[in-house]
Amino acid sequence: MSTTSYLLSGFGGQGILFAGKFLAYKGLVEDKQLSWLPSYGPEMRGGTASCSVIVGDEPVGSPIVSAPDVLVAMNLPSLDRYEAAVVPGGMIVADATLIERKVTRTDVRAFYLPATRLAGEKGLDGLANMILIGKVLKECGGFCRETAEAALHKVISARHADKLQANFEALRLGASL
Amino acid sequence: MAEKVLMKGNEAIAEAAILAGCRHYFGYPITPQTEIAAYMAKKMPLVGGVFLQAESEIAAINMVYGVSATGKRVMTSSSSPGISLKSEGLSYLAGADLPAFVVNVQRGGPGLGGVQPSQADYFQATRGSGHGDYHMIVLAPASVQEMASLTLRGFDLADRYRMTSMILADGTMGQMMEPVTFETGDIQPPPEKPWATVGTDLRRKHNVVNSLSLVPEELERQNFARYERYAQIEEKEPLWESYMMEDADICIAAFGIAARVSKNAITEARRRGIRVGMIRPITLWPFPRAAFRAAAEQVHSIISVELSMGQMIEDVRLAVECRVPVTLCNRAGGMIPSPEQVLCEIEKAAEKENCR
Repeated sequence: MSTTSYLLSGFGGQGILFAGKFLAYKGLVEDKQLSWLPSYGPEMRGGTASCSVIVGDEPVGSPIVSAPDVLVAMNLPSLDRYEAAVVPGGMIVADATLIERKVTRTDVRAFYLPATRLAGEKGLDGLANMILIGKVLKECGGFCRETAEAALHKVISARHADKLQANFEALRLGASL
Repeated sequence: MAEKVLMKGNEAIAEAAILAGCRHYFGYPITPQTEIAAYMAKKMPLVGGVFLQAESEIAAINMVYGVSATGKRVMTSSSSPGISLKSEGLSYLAGADLPAFVVNVQRGGPGLGGVQPSQADYFQATRGSGHGDYHMIVLAPASVQEMASLTLRGFDLADRYRMTSMILADGTMGQMMEPVTFETGDIQPPPEKPWATVGTDLRRKHNVVNSLSLVPEELERQNFARYERYAQIEEKEPLWESYMMEDADICIAAFGIAARVSKNAITEARRRGIRVGMIRPITLWPFPRAAFRAAAEQVHSIISVELSMGQMIEDVRLAVECRVPVTLCNRAGGMIPSPEQVLCEIEKAAEKENCR
């Protein structure tokens, strides 16, 4: 019996909502209770984007994540804004290519991945988000190839099926770090 | 059982409407409900239906009037400012006794307001919204699954009672994704509509669909007849969820997203030894008065949790007839009460009524 709340935040265009959808579909594949709530409105059009995801065994109450178990921060404003909100004992995964500072809190687990740089180097352009999610999966119970693939098949439409492999590689790269 | 899919609340409404046999959608885009129109634009052509982006909200609601007069299932959707524009048409639909299905995914107001979630159109929806004596059936989903199931129900109720049924959701319900299944087994075909204006084939008198009635005696008769129908609806159709009310000393009244937030607060309050439950109206009109009246015999106080300056609280107070105090816990303008804020109100009430 456990529920995990995720808050994903970054610039519009970094794939925040997509990464959240992946987590939601992974929950669906695992027959969990879940909710996915995006930020919407003007900030989606080129400002900050954020996304609340809750996955667990019990029906989800409020879909709004104000105290996340897991924070994925893809830019500095996101870390500045949400670092304090993470529950004690929670986890912060930050894109170290774009965030120079460290997490100041000592009561959370912090991981720094140069995800944007790695994505560029490994031919996984635009997939820094999935590298970070790979790390999240690894630290939250382990990376499972089957559920990851099943969720990717659901979240990536048939029209974009050529993107499946790269997304999977990005997840696996993140999970190996 | 049907397959579980992940969908936004807005998309679930659109899919359910198509399953209900709706083949005509008229609308004008506005955040946070535009996914309904987008879904209809994609899907309606595939099922032989009509998607039309009207030149304005006013045009869209009048297109609804026209199609409904022919007996077809038809809908429109918008968000708060757009519903204000549609209100003239909603009054005409009521005056002509036409069924229609309308969705309001509310945003903060008044005026153009903002785009974040709100419940401040409660008065507008439950009091009819346009001019004249009339009601709409108002359905308040609190999950993506209910966005779908109440859409199916909304079309049925609209046809059965020849009136508008409205989904009163908010930006959160529209934008969030949750697993949803579409149980197609219970879908009823629309009833016969002998009043529809579909041509006489020279075999009967003309049907006339109109809201103009210049003889006051006749117009009064129509109003009384309509209110007899409303009385039946108030008796038969109220829907609500009772949550942890069996032993409750304090009762939360909340619908939609406010009810979801309140569930978190109730869980925490119970952990702290406060017996609190919730009545969640699913129909806002007809309001589940009997549920609240019964609760008033049991609880010490009621807290109305709303994303408005306090609108449903008036119906709660009317229902309990001053038997217990009713207080407000609210945010407005696009803000949502936090579970902590609701918990704080519960603790205050427990302290005051000495029921911990």
